Amino acid sequence: MEFVLLIFLPIVAALFIPLLFKRMKRIHTGWFVLAVPLILFLYYATYISSTMEGGHAVSELRWIPSMGISFVSYIDGLSLLFSLLITGIGSLVVLYSIFYLDKNKEKLGNFYVYLLLFMSAMLGVVQSDNVISLYLFWELTSISSFLLIGYWYTRDRSRFGALKSMMITVFGGLMMLGGFVLLGIMGDTYSIRELIAAAPNFVGHDYFTLALVLLLLGAFTKSAQFPFYIWLPDAMEAPTPVSAYLHSATMVKAGLYLVARFTPIFAFSEVWVWLVTGIGLLTLFWGSFFAVKQTDLKAILAFSTVSQLGLIMSLLGAGAITFHSDDAVFKFAMFAAIFHLINHATFKGSLFMIAGIVDHETGTRDIRKLGGLMSIMPVSFTVAFIGSMSMAGLPPFNGFLSKEMFLQSMLAIRQFELFQFDTWSILFPVIAWIASVFTFVYSFYFVFRTFAGKRKEGQLPQEPHEAPAGMLISPVILGILVVGIFFIPNLVAKWLIKPAVAAIQPNLYQQPADVDIHVAAWHGFDSVELWLTVGVILIGALLYASLTKWQKFYGLQPANFSLNALYDGMMNFSEKGMNRISRFYMTGLIRTYMIYIFSFISVAVLVILFVQDAFVVDMDSFAHIGVYSIINAVVLILAVCFVLLSKTRLAAIISLGAVGYSVALFFVIFKAPDLALTQLVIETVSVALFLLAFKYLPALKDHGESVKTKMTNGIVALGVGITVTLVALSAHSQKLIPSIAQFYKDTVKTEAGGGNIVNVILVDYRGFDTLFEIAVLSIAGIGVLGMIKLRLARKENSDENK
Amino acid sequence: MRTNDVILQTTTKVVFFIIFLFAIHIFFAGHYTPGGGFVGGLLTTGALVLLLLAFDLKTVQKALPFNFVIVIGIGLLLALGTAAGSIFFNVPFFTHAFDDFTLPLFGETALHTAMLFDAGVYLVVVGSAMTIIQSIGGDA
Repeated sequence: MEFVLLIFLPIVAALFIPLLFKRMKRIHTGWFVLAVPLILFLYYATYISSTMEGGHAVSELRWIPSMGISFVSYIDGLSLLFSLLITGIGSLVVLYSIFYLDKNKEKLGNFYVYLLLFMSAMLGVVQSDNVISLYLFWELTSISSFLLIGYWYTRDRSRFGALKSMMITVFGGLMMLGGFVLLGIMGDTYSIRELIAAAPNFVGHDYFTLALVLLLLGAFTKSAQFPFYIWLPDAMEAPTPVSAYLHSATMVKAGLYLVARFTPIFAFSEVWVWLVTGIGLLTLFWGSFFAVKQTDLKAILAFSTVSQLGLIMSLLGAGAITFHSDDAVFKFAMFAAIFHLINHATFKGSLFMIAGIVDHETGTRDIRKLGGLMSIMPVSFTVAFIGSMSMAGLPPFNGFLSKEMFLQSMLAIRQFELFQFDTWSILFPVIAWIASVFTFVYSFYFVFRTFAGKRKEGQLPQEPHEAPAGMLISPVILGILVVGIFFIPNLVAKWLIKPAVAAIQPNLYQQPADVDIHVAAWHGFDSVELWLTVGVILIGALLYASLTKWQKFYGLQPANFSLNALYDGMMNFSEKGMNRISRFYMTGLIRTYMIYIFSFISVAVLVILFVQDAFVVDMDSFAHIGVYSIINAVVLILAVCFVLLSKTRLAAIISLGAVGYSVALFFVIFKAPDLALTQLVIETVSVALFLLAFKYLPALKDHGESVKTKMTNGIVALGVGITVTLVALSAHSQKLIPSIAQFYKDTVKTEAGGGNIVNVILVDYRGFDTLFEIAVLSIAGIGVLGMIKLRLARKENSDENK
Repeated sequence: MRTNDVILQTTTKVVFFIIFLFAIHIFFAGHYTPGGGFVGGLLTTGALVLLLLAFDLKTVQKALPFNFVIVIGIGLLLALGTAAGSIFFNVPFFTHAFDDFTLPLFGETALHTAMLFDAGVYLVVVGSAMTIIQSIGGDA
C-alpha cells in the first residue's frame, strides 16, 4: 500500500465530521474522531520492528514532477518516533476532549475538523522528504493552530493569541522557505536525503550560513525559542486538549524535529553549534525563570514548556558537536535530546490535562485561588504529582533519567575545544544548573499550590469535585508511562530512541544497534551529575520555601519593557504606518484613481515607445481613405466637441451616443460587421443606462471642479489619446511575425466547423479568454448589485456593525 | 420611473418581439454569419431596456419574473460545463465537437458544442447587464 496516502487520512476523515456532528447529535463526535489516530498509531507501530534494525520505508506521491516537488513519506527512526507521538498523544487527547468539551454547547464540528487538519499537517511535516511539501505542511500546522487557538472566537484574548501565534510562526515559516530554496540551489534537489548526501560540499558555499540562519528562524519560531517564545503563553487561550496536544506534545516540537532532521547537513558549521546550543540554553533559563512569576496554571505550564523545549534544543546543539569530535563524552547529548523529548511529551501532556481538569471542575486556573484540592481530587493530584516530579527531575520518574543525561552532556561541553568553546564552555553547565533549580521550583509551585495547603473557601466559582472517570483515563495512562519509562528505559531506547539517534547522526552509527549508550539510574557516588541533582533539590527546596518572599520582585520589571510590548508596538506601528501610507493616496474618489491609472499608462507606454525606438509610421500599410471615412471622421470630431461643450447632461449623453455610432460606422466602412453590430448595441444599451440613471446624477455644473482640476484632467486625457494613437500607428506599421489571420481562414472550416471567424475565435480558438471575460462580467454585475444594495442598507442603518 | 406614453407602449409591445427574435436569430447564426452569443445577449438586453423605458421597472419585473443573478449563474455553469465536458471524453479541456445531423423540421443541421458555450455567454451577458440596469434603475 502507498502509505504516503495515510498522511491525508485525517483530512479526508475531517470531511465527514460536520455531517456526523449534525446528524448524530446523540453520540459525541469525538468517538468517531478517535478511530483515526488510533488506527494510524497501530499502523505506524508495525514499523518499529523494521526501524529498530535501521531500516526505512519510502512511499511517493508525485505532485509537480517538472519542478521536483512531490509528497514523499519517508519513515525512519526519527520520523517514526514523531509519527507515533502525534498519533499516540493524539488518541489520548481526543479521548480526553470527549469529556472535556460538552457535546451540546460546543461547536464540535469545527473543533474536530481543525484537529484532524492539524494531525495531517503534522504527520506531513515529520514524514516529508521533500522540503517544499514539508514547508506546505509546516504552514498548515500554523494555520490549524491559529484556528484552534481562536476556537472560542468570541473572546478577545483568543483572537489576539491566535493572531500572535500566526504572525510569529508564519514569519518563521517564510524564512524557513527561503532557507529551503537556498538549500535547493546548493544541492540542486529538494529531497532531504539527497541534500544530506551532498552536505559535505555545502560547507563554504556562499549561501550556507544564510540558509542555516533562515532555517533556524523557522525552527526557533515554531519551537518557541527566545525571543520568539512570546506567542506560546498567549496560545493558552485554546481549549486545554489543544494546549496539551499542539502546544506541548507535538506542534512546538516540529522545530526540534527540523533541527534534528537537518543536523547532518548543518552540524559541520560552527554557527549551528553555537546558535542551537546557546539559544536553547538561554530559552531554558528564561522560561524556567519566568514560569515562577505566573499565576495562571496554564501559563506556568506554557513557560515550563518553553523552558523544556530550550533544554531539548540545547541538547540537539550539543549533539552536533559529534560532527567535530570523536570523543565519546559528546555522544550522550543526542540520545538525551530524543529521550527527553519523549519524556516531556508524557509528563507535560498529563500536566496539561490535569490543569484542564482543575479548570473544568473548579472554574478557575488562578493559582492564587486554588489550594487544598488534594483530598477532593486524589487521582488528579497523584497524576499531577507524578508529572511535576518528573519535570523537576526526581526519581523514580523518567524525567530524572533524561535530566541526568542533560547535565552530563552540559558538563561534557567543557571538554570541547574548537570554536572558542574553551573560553566560554564553563557557562553551559552553570546556566543549565541554575535553570534546573528554577525548574524544580516551578514544578513544586505548580503541584503544591494547587493541591496542597489549605482550601481557600469561597474563592472558587464552582464547588470542586473529582473529574469523571473518562476524563482521567488519558492523564492516568500518561502518568503510568512516566513511571514505567523510568523502569524500562533501555527497552524504550532500543525501540524508539536509538533508531532516531542513528537517523540524526549517520556519521557515527551505521545502524541503531551501534548506539552504545546504556541508561542507568545510578552512576555511583562519584558522578558529578548526582551531586548536581542533590544541589538542585537542596537549593530548589530552599527557594520554594521562601517563594512568597521573593516572588514579588518579578513585579519590578516595567510592563512596557518586555518582548510582548515590543510585539504589540510593532503590530501597532505597522498597522498605523500602513494606514497613513494608504490614506495618503487613497482619496476615495474614483476620478483620482482614474487619474493615477491613466497617467501611469500613458507615461509608461510613451517612455517605452521612445526608449525602445519603437515608434514607426509606415504610410504604405494604411488603408485608402475614402469620402465616407472623411465625412464620418468629421461627424465624430464634432460629436466629441459637443460632448465637451454641452451645457446639460442630457445633451452630453446623446452626443456621446453619436460618438459611439460614428465609431460603429467606421467598422461598417472597414467591413467588420461583427464589431459594428456589437458597437451599435452596446452604444444603445449604454445610452439607455445613462438615461435610466440620469435623474440621480448631479447637474453638470455642480461637479465642484476647479479650473485646475479640469486642466489636469485635460492633460491626462490628451496624454492617453496621444499614447493610443501612437501605439496604434506603430503597431500597424511594423509586423514582427506574420499575421495569424491566414491560419484562421484556413482552419475555420476544417478544425472548428464554423464560418464566422470572429465568433469562432470567441467560442473556440480563444475560448479561455471568453470564459474569463464572462466571469469578470458576472463579477462586475454582482459587484454593482452589491454596492447599491449595501448603500441602501446603510441608509437605513448608519452603523453597519449593528 | 413612471411613463404614460401610449404610442411608445403600443409600439414597444410589437417591437420588443421583433428585436428579441432578431437577437435569437443572430445568436444561432453566429457561427457562420455575423452575430453570436455576445451580440445576441446585448441585443436581448436592448429589447428589455426598451421595455423598461416604455413601462416601469415593476411592470417589467412582473412580466418577466426572472432573478437575473441566477441567470448569470446558469450561464457561467453552462459555459464552464461545456468546456469541462470534454474532459470526460479524454480530450483536453475546452475541445469542442461538431457534426451534421438530419433533424425533422430543420433538415440538414450542423450541431456544435460551441453553441452551448455561446449560450452560456448569452445568458451571462443578459444576466449581468440586466442585474446592473435593474439595480441602478431600482435605486430610488
